[in-house]
Amino acid sequence: MLAGLQCPGYPEAKLSSVSERLPCREGQAGTLLALMGEPEQYCFPSIFIYGHRATGKSHVILTLLKELEVPHAAVSCVECVSAGLLFEQVLLAMFGSESATLLPRSPSLSDFVRIYRQFCAQEPAQQTRYIVLERAELLRDMEANLLPGLLRLQELVDDNVTVILLSEIVWDKFRPNTGCFEPLLLHFPDYTKAELLQILSLDSNPSYSPELYSSYINILLGVFYSVCRDLRELRHLAALNFPKFCEPLEKGEAKESDTHKLWRNIEPHLKRAMQTVYLREVSSVQWEQQQMEEKEATALRGLSAHAHVELPYYSKFLLIAAYLASYNPARTDRRFFLKHHGKIKKTNFLKKHEKTSNHLLGPKPFPLDRLLAIFYSVVDSRVAPTASVFSQISSLVTLQLLTQVGHDDQLDSPKYKCAVSLDFISAISRTVSFDIVRYLYDFL
Amino acid sequence: MISSYYCNYLFTFDLKYLPHILHHVHCTDEYFTDGSDDCGNGRERFNICQTLWEKIKMDTEVLQEELNTKILDSLLDFIKRCTSSFQSRTDDWTSHMRASEIPTAALVLGVNVPDHDVTFQSLSELLRKSVTPFAVSVQAKECAGRLLIVIMKLMGVGVTLEDDEEDTGIHLPHKKVSCSVSALSQWYKSMMKTGGSENGFSQSPPIIVIFKDFEAFNPRVLQDFILICNRYIQELPFIFIFGIATSPSTIQHMLPHSVSSLLCIELFQSLPCTQHLATVIDKLILTSQFPFKLSSKVLQVLVSIFLYHDFSVRNFVKGLQLALLEHFHSQPLSVLCCGKNEALLYAQKLSHQDVEMVRQLPSFMRYVENREPQEQVHLLTSDEGVREVCQRFLKDLRKYHKNYYPVLKCLHSLTSSLPKYPLGKQIRELHISCMEKNVWETNEYESAMQLLRLLAKDELVLSLRKCADILKPDKTKKMKSALQQLENYIAKFEQLDKEVTSPGKDLQKKTDLFQLQKTLLEMKGTRRTKKISPFELLRNEALEFIDGLVRSYLTPPELQPLNEVCYYSSSGVLRRHLNATPRTSIQTALSHPFYYLQNESLKTDAGTVSNSAPDICIAYKLHLECGRLINLFDWLEAYATVTSAAEGKDPDSEDFGKVDELKHARFIQAVSELEFLGFVKSTKQKTDHVARLTWGGC
Repeated sequence: MLAGLQCPGYPEAKLSSVSERLPCREGQAGTLLALMGEPEQYCFPSIFIYGHRATGKSHVILTLLKELEVPHAAVSCVECVSAGLLFEQVLLAMFGSESATLLPRSPSLSDFVRIYRQFCAQEPAQQTRYIVLERAELLRDMEANLLPGLLRLQELVDDNVTVILLSEIVWDKFRPNTGCFEPLLLHFPDYTKAELLQILSLDSNPSYSPELYSSYINILLGVFYSVCRDLRELRHLAALNFPKFCEPLEKGEAKESDTHKLWRNIEPHLKRAMQTVYLREVSSVQWEQQQMEEKEATALRGLSAHAHVELPYYSKFLLIAAYLASYNPARTDRRFFLKHHGKIKKTNFLKKHEKTSNHLLGPKPFPLDRLLAIFYSVVDSRVAPTASVFSQISSLVTLQLLTQVGHDDQLDSPKYKCAVSLDFISAISRTVSFDIVRYLYDFL
Repeated sequence: MISSYYCNYLFTFDLKYLPHILHHVHCTDEYFTDGSDDCGNGRERFNICQTLWEKIKMDTEVLQEELNTKILDSLLDFIKRCTSSFQSRTDDWTSHMRASEIPTAALVLGVNVPDHDVTFQSLSELLRKSVTPFAVSVQAKECAGRLLIVIMKLMGVGVTLEDDEEDTGIHLPHKKVSCSVSALSQWYKSMMKTGGSENGFSQSPPIIVIFKDFEAFNPRVLQDFILICNRYIQELPFIFIFGIATSPSTIQHMLPHSVSSLLCIELFQSLPCTQHLATVIDKLILTSQFPFKLSSKVLQVLVSIFLYHDFSVRNFVKGLQLALLEHFHSQPLSVLCCGKNEALLYAQKLSHQDVEMVRQLPSFMRYVENREPQEQVHLLTSDEGVREVCQRFLKDLRKYHKNYYPVLKCLHSLTSSLPKYPLGKQIRELHISCMEKNVWETNEYESAMQLLRLLAKDELVLSLRKCADILKPDKTKKMKSALQQLENYIAKFEQLDKEVTSPGKDLQKKTDLFQLQKTLLEMKGTRRTKKISPFELLRNEALEFIDGLVRSYLTPPELQPLNEVCYYSSSGVLRRHLNATPRTSIQTALSHPFYYLQNESLKTDAGTVSNSAPDICIAYKLHLECGRLINLFDWLEAYATVTSAAEGKDPDSEDFGKVDELKHARFIQAVSELEFLGFVKSTKQKTDHVARLTWGGC
């Protein structure tokens, strides 16, 4: 395994230390090293690395670049709200603060290239320079010429520079339709269960034996592997639950070799963790406190347990009306809200596509007029069309219980969608004793 | 089917800010003195109004603070705990292993968004005072694109904090203060170096970002911001506070797991706003402390706006303020609505005009009618007599209030535990029904009393005790004697406990069979006559006593002479102001221009419009006669005919009803105004036609 990393031009000792720090990623590191070649050799202009969260993309690249002391600039695109910030950070890392100040206000790609060339002429590259862009998918939202420009940066600045893009998305979703330089694609596959076990076992608690810790990790993976393969999250969960695992040991009730006893102790606990702390229903700190206090009977109520929303009386009816408008076909309003509607048979009445359940299709947009018409017919008392009724509609929009659809033009009949679930609306209508199911076409 | 499709979308804008506008109406005493009355006491009324309002305002603020203390304290605790955990971050195994999460407080405040401002204000003041200078609050509308504003605000805070150091230069070139979190991080470090320990805060004060209206934020912006902050959590101790109006599950709706796993969320829930309102009503309305009172109708308007529309306590208090202002402005005799001594003083100095006004008060007239003829003459002719009577009335009114509220609270505490709440669950409902009519004549009161008569002893004693507790702080003679009596009853009930003697005891002694038979027969006889037990007797007595209290003290205020001085009763005005109906006003303006313009020539019979009305009114009237699609040319012709008639042209002349350029222009303007108001819109269905957007309402 250790023989995996070999590359002429770099000292052996460093390479071996790198390979130690990159468990289970020797293959990818080897490919990258092969691509990089010897320090002074030109590298491929742009490399695109993709793989899921926490598959070691940034870790591998940055470890390689740092350990081998290669000149590089690492920038996370999420931080760069504008291309200017991106350029600034790259120049800062490559040529020092002097270069970054030369950038004009809101610089364009050509400004960047100009300044890069200027400084590059002063200190030409002895080694390949690397620009690492994390979360590169955000580059797509910036100026249209940025991504193609970066992919061809080597040509543009006429320097030994390589741009490495890291992303969780495949390249196909990036490709601009005008055609551009195709980067070299490199995939980081997910860690397998055995690999996860190996990596997680590495950071064992100093006060316990590594064997114990790896058996703990084994149990942890048994519970969580089916739902979560995110290394970072697993590490977090391992740290949170380890004290509970060690509890019998601390109390002297079990020895390290009593694996079965330890398993029986921790397994239900981990299952509960999966439903609560993993989903962030309960925060990590609260989880730890709960562990310490041992109050398992009075389990903390999660975030989603507080789903009840108290609304003013008319807001409730507006929401009910919105729900009805969203989930009933407009043609059936007659049947529900008119006294002498005559019999309408469900089968003959509707077009074919309306026969599928509206709840499966999701809410449909409706105009304000229809909302108000339904509102006035469901609310039991006479309501004056006062300004506050209308302001309640916009309040409901800001509370994200309704969403406004389409254009922002308020004057030309705005359209809305109801954004609440059936459970929510049933709870609301129960409080005003309105039987909503009787008014829903799907439940006729 | 749906007969009235409305063109309401004009008004879907937020009226949340109405209270702001109300607040800025700067009321001066000129507004009072220039009113309809010429009495000299406008200035006095204004002053009384001002002082009363100041007092109400102060009381509500104190109340708000009291209500907020609990949640603010727990929040402060949380923040301090987080801060200390930041500072004591050690290098042990767990902290090394754990993913670094941003501590986040999810503050659930309820849907009454206008009330949140006060809470957030006191929160940020509290934080600045005791935890960190770096506390910023952001609103969604400030940061449409990115959350740069947070950083700008933070750095801005720093600059004002260290004003003197600005020239020595925290090295940030003015040309481009790059707003990135990395710049913030550098700035934070430099701040810590230069003045970290001087300003009295702990070593590394946390950076607290308050998101005032979490729901309104663009989810993407928020996600990006959290991701960025999480990258810097080792250097910058961020703490977030989310102000949530609906429910905490919105966090999960807005943030995907990959982002929410970066937060360590703890939940804080504030008091429900209905409870808040109950406290406010209890402190501001159900008290004899303020001479100003609301009549039942006005109170109903304010409460129904609260319950039906906005849940906002702030708006309720604003409504109260408006009522106060209206009362002192519209009622000249409100000069008597103040403290006892001042009121008596004013009553002595009533001018002849004022006295005349007093005589016209309905309550005073009712009083006069019930007097002896001789006294009637005296009251109607002698100003001095009226002044004296007024003083007595004012005193009576005060006494009435001092007795009314304690008895009301007693009755409420007795009946609020009854099943189905015959007299209402909330005390305000009882208050309203007491103000409307004699409460003891209602069926609800009857049934409540019947339920009370069925109460078991311990329950009854418990509720009587509560009543006694309510009566205790009152100092009027009558209330004191009532308290005395109540305590007597309680004592008697307790004595009953000791004297429990069951007939069963005697039974056991009898061993003789004949004797036993005899006693059993006797007992049977007594049971048939249904002898009332001493407890029942006492219970009835106690309830009679309560009933007596209610009958003597809970009379409606309208029966009190001179109640108009203190009670504001024009609920219609209040409703018009607070719950405006823009659509109705526009229609009134268009169909009855006289209503607003008050020009004699516009006065017409109902349903018609004078031909000299403004152009838009004529166009509106004509468009009402059309169907769904309106032919513009026909409309123009009709318009030209009407305006020609207005110009007084001879109907038979040649150019009558002819369209000249001026008329054409006026017509176009009127139509576009109607379009702007949302009555018509252009349509592509037919050329030269516009679509009508309203139905009915001819």
